[in-house]
Amino acid sequence: MTWTSDQPIISLKEVHKSFGDLEVLKGVSLDVMKGEVICIIGPSGSGKSTLIRCINALNDIQGGSITVEGQEVHDPDLDKLELRKKVGMVFQQYNLFPHKTALENVMMAPLKVLRQNKAEVEARARALLKKVRLEGKEGSYPGELSGGQQQRVAIARSLAMNPDVMLFDEVTAALDPETVKEVLVTIKDLAAEGMTCILVTHEMGFAREVADHIYFTDRGVIVEHGPPATFFSEASDPRTQEFLSQIL
Amino acid sequence: MEDFFRELAADAPRWNFIWMYDDRQQGKVLAGLWMTIKLSVLCLIFSVLIGLVGAWMQGARSAIVRAIVQGYIQFFRNTPPLVQLLFFYFALGQFTPVVTGEDGWTVEPIISNVGWAVISLSFFAGAFNVEIFRAGIEAVPESTVEASESLGFSRLQTYIYVVLPLAFRVCLPALNNNLVNLVKTTTQAYAIAVPELLYHSVSIWNDYPSAQYPTMLMLFFAYIILVAILVFGMSRWERSMKIPGYGT
Repeated sequence: MTWTSDQPIISLKEVHKSFGDLEVLKGVSLDVMKGEVICIIGPSGSGKSTLIRCINALNDIQGGSITVEGQEVHDPDLDKLELRKKVGMVFQQYNLFPHKTALENVMMAPLKVLRQNKAEVEARARALLKKVRLEGKEGSYPGELSGGQQQRVAIARSLAMNPDVMLFDEVTAALDPETVKEVLVTIKDLAAEGMTCILVTHEMGFAREVADHIYFTDRGVIVEHGPPATFFSEASDPRTQEFLSQIL
Repeated sequence: MEDFFRELAADAPRWNFIWMYDDRQQGKVLAGLWMTIKLSVLCLIFSVLIGLVGAWMQGARSAIVRAIVQGYIQFFRNTPPLVQLLFFYFALGQFTPVVTGEDGWTVEPIISNVGWAVISLSFFAGAFNVEIFRAGIEAVPESTVEASESLGFSRLQTYIYVVLPLAFRVCLPALNNNLVNLVKTTTQAYAIAVPELLYHSVSIWNDYPSAQYPTMLMLFFAYIILVAILVFGMSRWERSMKIPGYGT
């Protein structure tokens, strides 16, 4: 089956995931179309991060199916490199390579994994750093950058692989309030350019602004979902209402 | 200079610095020193390589591979290096092929005593290096490894470009210690008649008992200098690898 862009770019069907005896995902299904921005919200421990980690095979699953561009992610014969070229991921703790400068962090994967031409990669990396508003920081090491700056390097590093989908795992949760904004602006720019984005986030205002669709998860299931216009005002499930009342 | 030591030997019969004025004895000292340096450098290189490969194999999926590495470490770490040397040379040396010389009747083992010393000492120090590198590798955060994987790096690429450079920085002080020990342990190759510095020194004071004290002094002095050079080089290396803003 070949994937065409009128089909969901990412499709989860009845995904089950356990860590030992603890079942974290209890049958989660969702579809994401190309160019959509999806926000997943929910209380801590509800399985949000696990969910997006399963999408690029950082975690395995025990049941159900996850496809990216029609390709089953949890197929034992899966070419993980092919998957990871399509799916970029940004983490809460940035996870930059501390021994490489900002520029080298962005260049490393295209050079070593894709074996692209160095001059081209460097030009692209510089353009990406400019795009995330880090011009002049090319030679800085992660330890010399603020959290917000590091996170933007991490975004540029993922973008350097030209992914079709970007996963953001609570990328502003470890940041100071004043640097949260600079990262959110970067993500907003990306969304505006038509990048397919899946975000796990606690930034409700941001979710309301950029998301095409919001999913609320609790205890391993999707409790309810909808476009932000209706989701925040018309949430019907008591669990969603309780959660929203606590944070809004 | 030569006359001074000649007179000193005449005036103080226990202080015969014979290798300061006798060319033949001086040649022995220099040849021994050169052999010690060669032995040390070769063992340093091989033991570090063994350490790197062993630490890589310790992370293998196969339980058999991990058990082999563990067995190797236990054997070489828990038995005396001198016994290992004797075993390699006298026991294993029996089974290695021999080559017949051009004259048609002399036979030479394919691995000389020097060869066995290099092999035996490299494996001895290598066992410690595996453990040292493993400690360094364990200090690299799992999240950094995940970031690398999510960018499409294979396990080997992640090891070479991300894990090792970071692990190296953590384990250099411990590696330093082990390599200092290795340089000193090369003296044990004396037992299988490897003509290194101790071997020649003993032969000098066997021939000239009056040269015993001076030669012993020279031995201490020589090893202090050799180790100082190694430590100097290692600390230069450590400084050059320091990352701005990372660690202490």
